[in-house]
Amino acid sequence: MKVVTSLLAIAVALALQTTLASLVIRGTAALDLVLIVVVYLALISGPVTGLLLGSAAGLVQDALSSGVIGIGGLAKTVVGFMAGLLGTQFIVTAPLSRFVVFLLATVLHASVFMGLYTLLGLRQFDDPWASVLTQAVGNGFLGVVGAQVVELLPGLRDRRKARRMTRH
Amino acid sequence: MASVQLSQRPLLVFAGAVVLHVVLISAQVSTTAGIPFIQVATFGVFSEVQRGTMTSVDSVRGVWTGYVALRDVQEENEALKRDLQTLQVRLQEERAQAQRAENFRQLLGLRERAGVETVAAEIIAGPADLEFRDMTIDKGGVDGIERDMAVISPAGVVGRVTLTSPRAARVQMLIDRNAAAGAMIERTRAQGLVVGEGTALRMEYVPGTADVKQGDLVVTSGIDKIYPKGFVIGTVAAIERGTGTFHEIVVQPSVDFSRLEEVLVVTTPLPAITSEQIAKEAEAIAIEQRQQQTQPPAPQNRTPGTSSPNPAPASPGPRNAPPRGPAA
Repeated sequence: MKVVTSLLAIAVALALQTTLASLVIRGTAALDLVLIVVVYLALISGPVTGLLLGSAAGLVQDALSSGVIGIGGLAKTVVGFMAGLLGTQFIVTAPLSRFVVFLLATVLHASVFMGLYTLLGLRQFDDPWASVLTQAVGNGFLGVVGAQVVELLPGLRDRRKARRMTRH
Repeated sequence: MASVQLSQRPLLVFAGAVVLHVVLISAQVSTTAGIPFIQVATFGVFSEVQRGTMTSVDSVRGVWTGYVALRDVQEENEALKRDLQTLQVRLQEERAQAQRAENFRQLLGLRERAGVETVAAEIIAGPADLEFRDMTIDKGGVDGIERDMAVISPAGVVGRVTLTSPRAARVQMLIDRNAAAGAMIERTRAQGLVVGEGTALRMEYVPGTADVKQGDLVVTSGIDKIYPKGFVIGTVAAIERGTGTFHEIVVQPSVDFSRLEEVLVVTTPLPAITSEQIAKEAEAIAIEQRQQQTQPPAPQNRTPGTSSPNPAPASPGPRNAPPRGPAA
């Protein structure tokens, strides 16, 4: 059930990513929703789940892009694994620590992604770090807010149920 | 049981996943022919999801804008009627001008440029990865869309089709870092190659001796056999001295890729350019360059295309040529 929910979350993130990107194509789409979902799921589920989800999400993203299939997959596998490891070794529940994890994950993802493309001589990236940092900050903020919302929702529902029960 | 054991050995799983990815990447990098089946299949399936998502977003947007538009609709209607009248007058003026231009063209004996057939398509999704500049359109193989067909918009060249499924197609935008198109400066016919840079365009391989000015219109040269000749790409924004004997020209795209909603796919097969045509074109450019060196410049209202034996019309781009809507 958890696997299905995780895969569904990634599919929704991917659909939203492509839909929103079609509205803001030219360099302004500074968020990677799929990466945010992968990092969050890795943090709460561990390194194996993180790397497997990262791998699946990255491969689908690669297949939908015009790039080499596997490069994005490998980048997200590494990020999913590292985020999962961090989640099991440290307590990463405070907003600030989560923000740092999302930020580092974005930088790591960009490094692996661009590094592989450059290494294989398939693409050149002229001074990309400004846009990577912008994206990292954006992902960090959205990741923290998204995580808080996801974790608060079930509690809200339970409290509302409890309140109704006490009234009756 | 096996999954429990694997989850207790994350490093092993990680190493396995990395190896699998490396094998996958290696297989593609070493292969030069064809598109991987997984790519076509995934694209075909997911384009339907993208279509559904876009339909949902569109319907929400439609309800919202429809509700907002109901307010002040009478006032807006009046304004639109006034606009319509003004536009009708302007249309008649445009028709008269077009007729005059047609007469001039016939008088000059210029060859009528063959019109192109197009299929109108709606953009249903943007790039799946931020590093790539591609989009998904709602027309595919069943609509006659094929790989390497040019995609244009009323403002100019958008890109080319890179992948098709029966009901959708992926378009690589011209600003993508892997995209390129044969191009020329419309005023001087100086040829070069326009390549994407993510958000802008760069024109390369233009000889350092060629006459290029800021604001010059850059159009397709047709030499790549993908983009029809004479379609607008953009304008020269800056000229830098490149390495060797070539200019490095920054081109401002004429298309605003962030506002694209509908595009036209050129379905007319382009005639192959023969080596004789290329030689003639090169000869014409050389003659013109010699004339420019011997004569004082006369840039006032020069008719574009008169220097070439295969001239492009004055404004052959999508503003005039291709019809909107399904192929004629």
